[in-house]
Amino acid sequence: MAQVVLTNELANQFAGGETKLEVPAENVRQLIRALEERYPGMGPELEAGMAVAIDGEIFADPFLEPIGPDSEVYFLPRIGGG
Amino acid sequence: MDGQGQDFKWIGKRTVRPDGVDKVTGRANFGADFSLPGMLVGKVLRSTHPHARILSIDTEKAHALPGVKAVITAADLPDIPSEEAHFGEDPTDFRHVSHNVMARDKALYDGHVVAAVAATSESIADEALGLIEVNYEVLPHVLDVEEAMKPGAPLVLEDLITGGVTPTPKDPSNIAKRVQFDLGDTEAGFKKANMVVERRFTTKPVHQGYIEPHAVVASTSEDGHTLVWCSSQGHFMIRAACAKLLGLDVSQLRVMPAEIGGGFGGKITVYLEPLAVLLSRKTGRPVKMVMTREEVFRGTGPTSGTVMTVKIGATKKGQITAAEATLAYQAGAFPGSPVGLGCMTAFAPYDLENVKTVGFDVVVNRPKATAYRAPGAPLAAFAAESVLDELAKALDIEPLELREKNAAKEGTKAPYGPRFGPIGYVETLQAVRDHPHYSAPLGPNQGRGIASGFWMNFGGQSSAVVNVNEDGTVVVTLGHPDIGGSRASMALMAAEVLGIDIAKVRPIIGDTHTIGFSDITGGSKVTFASGMAVVEAAGDVVAQLRERTAMIWEVEAEGVVWEDGHALPASTNVGEFEPLSLAQIAAMAAKIGGPISGRASINAKGAGPGFGTHICDVEVDRETGRVVVLRYTAVQDAGRAIHPAYVEGQLQGGAAQGIGWALNEEYVYGDDGRLQNPGFLDYRMPVASDLPMIDTVIVEVPNPNHPFGVRGVGEVPIVPPLAAVANAVENAIGVRMADLPMSPPHILAALEDKA
Repeated sequence: MAQVVLTNELANQFAGGETKLEVPAENVRQLIRALEERYPGMGPELEAGMAVAIDGEIFADPFLEPIGPDSEVYFLPRIGGG
Repeated sequence: MDGQGQDFKWIGKRTVRPDGVDKVTGRANFGADFSLPGMLVGKVLRSTHPHARILSIDTEKAHALPGVKAVITAADLPDIPSEEAHFGEDPTDFRHVSHNVMARDKALYDGHVVAAVAATSESIADEALGLIEVNYEVLPHVLDVEEAMKPGAPLVLEDLITGGVTPTPKDPSNIAKRVQFDLGDTEAGFKKANMVVERRFTTKPVHQGYIEPHAVVASTSEDGHTLVWCSSQGHFMIRAACAKLLGLDVSQLRVMPAEIGGGFGGKITVYLEPLAVLLSRKTGRPVKMVMTREEVFRGTGPTSGTVMTVKIGATKKGQITAAEATLAYQAGAFPGSPVGLGCMTAFAPYDLENVKTVGFDVVVNRPKATAYRAPGAPLAAFAAESVLDELAKALDIEPLELREKNAAKEGTKAPYGPRFGPIGYVETLQAVRDHPHYSAPLGPNQGRGIASGFWMNFGGQSSAVVNVNEDGTVVVTLGHPDIGGSRASMALMAAEVLGIDIAKVRPIIGDTHTIGFSDITGGSKVTFASGMAVVEAAGDVVAQLRERTAMIWEVEAEGVVWEDGHALPASTNVGEFEPLSLAQIAAMAAKIGGPISGRASINAKGAGPGFGTHICDVEVDRETGRVVVLRYTAVQDAGRAIHPAYVEGQLQGGAAQGIGWALNEEYVYGDDGRLQNPGFLDYRMPVASDLPMIDTVIVEVPNPNHPFGVRGVGEVPIVPPLAAVANAVENAIGVRMADLPMSPPHILAALEDKA
């Protein structure tokens, strides 16, 4: 199962402060659905304002990016530059 | 896929810039250069109060002035709901953008727009502004980030509830958001340290300092469609923001990109553009609005002023055991400082087991902070790299060696979580060690400092079209405004893929009706992301050229290969054919399927992080406090330098801006909350005579996610200079300067304190 790491803010808001989770998912869409099921309300937050890093590669607009069984997935603030 | 081992014909060549002649002859059209018949002049009225409730605005007298065609206030703009907007740096809110463009209930800073007019001449517009009567209730103001965070501070936004904390606070405050990133256990890490250094730093807001003030022309036709000419970092962003703020469909707006005279992050949002569109729609005439330099300072930018604390611990041998930072960034009058990026980048050059960064986004009665080249990162790096230098001194380890011992490499976990792919930080450190500058002798009152910097770099939505003309020349149309020389790089990449002479390739920027959507030019993305689109579009052209050749030769397309600008038979089995050039195929296009045009619209992924390390030599005049930069070398991993001269220019420009930030630049406010230095005479930016020739070294560790190995380069070079200068000053006079700018009065005061 993919190792998922939430931001502290999301973890505090939805997951009782737990930042590290194990979630079965084959892509980002499935992952967000699974997290929404586990923590109602988290899904829209993830979809609206978060980027995802899968095994080190950052995706600003994630949707169907594949997640491997041993992948490390980080949710990050959706950010840009100047 | 990164171009390694390839023998390039055009990549890496220092070709003549396609926009060069127009720019040096003055022919290039910037934002303010455009005019139309019957055009009106638009002007804005700005608050001179840093914080005041707007009780009423009487525009009757201004309306009545002959020559005045329209007067608008916030009442003329839709009161739009909150909606997240992604222009760059941290997300913002369209409602806040609207309220920044035109104050609605309160004026929140000196310079906040409260009304606008359109008139037949500039003098009439100015007179009309003087006839607008605004009845204010002046409120207490707060400018300082720490004062703003205290309970009981004047509330800038009366409904602002701090985000990112649990439970959600019940009462409003000026703290818009708290963010935190952590790895490991810093408490345990500090216990393992033999030496811990902790220091507090402060910095002042600085402006991006682009030479071209904001300017726009808007012209509305009878069918309700508006044409907009302006310079910006993203004409699609201008279209989206104007549509959202005015309640229009995006298709009602066509935005034409002018040449841009600098942006550096400051032109990734709207100021005058929605007002010009609204005034044009009200009057049915073209309206031109141009800011003065004073308006640029009072109403746009800057980047955040900060208060930061950094703590780093290490073993005797120089292994860092833990690092912490607490960063409080001014957001200006609306939330959205780049504090999150400061937290993510502060310690990114290092392989740390235990790291924690906490950030606070704080609203104050200043103009809304806007992105500035690697937003948030130079400030955090100033604090982190200064403490690192102090730690090295305390451990009696060479500062460069301390960085080498702890350098991030491929596989290192970034402080914000993900592991780095191939990166070139270690290579920049090695290049510094090998550079003659690093070991050159120093004289009395002279010092040398080094510092490193990181920026994650970005990709994003990009569009490109490659049209083959009937004579075999090529036009490449791009969706990103060219701010840092992207047209030259795009032409080189197209020429490389097509195998034709660079002189045959003409790159242009399309407008919002002629090219597919493209994100802003920002985040060091364009050479990477737009470049990927160009490579794909040129590859599309090559595929079509092979198909057309197959038609001419009456063979299968698989039997045709494209080499060095010519179609060739893939093998002797295909048949005996003379090579066909692109021009020969283009000349026959009508008979073999029509025009040849390639296109690509992509969301580019896989941007490669960038690292740089700078060496700075200074001499300090102990009598006057003046710091002179004697020698400066900027080293950076560019992945692959498509046009090395432009990469060197980015390194030099970033270093120059960073040196100005370190030594002299600052917003100065009076007790009345009004900006006292809104002009280049009093806001001291470095000029050519202030700086030495900045030497550059390009390191190339290719990004495996780009066809030619490109990494973004535009933002990294402004990250190290603040600390590099501070470390050099400390090396020269033995005083750690923790407050920016290190201007002569501050240096003298520090020397006096030391004595």
